[in-house]
Amino acid sequence: MSIDSMFVHKMWDDHELSKMVNGGVPFPMLSDAGGKVGRLYGVFNEGAGVENRGRFIIDPDGVLQGYEVLTPPVGRNVQETMRQVQAFQLVRETKSAEATPSGWRPGKKTLKPGPDLVGNVWKEWKTEMAFD
Amino acid sequence: MPEEAAVGCARPTGGPVGEPAEETAIEKSQPISKETQQMVHVGEKVPDFVAPGYRKGKFINIKLSEYLGKWVLLCFYPGDFTFV
Repeated sequence: MSIDSMFVHKMWDDHELSKMVNGGVPFPMLSDAGGKVGRLYGVFNEGAGVENRGRFIIDPDGVLQGYEVLTPPVGRNVQETMRQVQAFQLVRETKSAEATPSGWRPGKKTLKPGPDLVGNVWKEWKTEMAFD
Repeated sequence: MPEEAAVGCARPTGGPVGEPAEETAIEKSQPISKETQQMVHVGEKVPDFVAPGYRKGKFINIKLSEYLGKWVLLCFYPGDFTFV
């Protein structure tokens, strides 16, 4: 979503994005001319009149699970976004029986929160596991 | 899900769902620059909105709440023809 009109979105997809992604962008490119939605989410940059790089993970109940907002010059890390989505999906699937500690990615060990884990995280999780 | 949008000469725009009309939303005595910038909070429901858009050759209207039941990644970016 950006302040550009849907016509400009089409031009961008036709002339540039479709050269990067086969068949063009598969998801909706939304227009927020005027920044009303951006203000609602706290990402509208009043000085520049554009949206900051806001990224929101919304679960199937419409509940916000995480967000990240960057100023325009720095791009996002898509892999980190995907990792967070996968982590939130795992937590939801296990009905919060499992949690994903620092450094978790798919395939790595999860923690099972409960009385037995209190004071014993050091046995289950090592500092190296925070890093890839 | 998303309805296809009729395309005229005007530049369509969207906005929050269930909000009062703009005239009543902004108090007359308040300067425009004071327009409130809200922030959403993790663990809480996000505000619904409608917005026009483009997807695979078609102009569409999207309502966020139509995606209830699915995971949604909502991304804002400064402008087309920039990197994301």
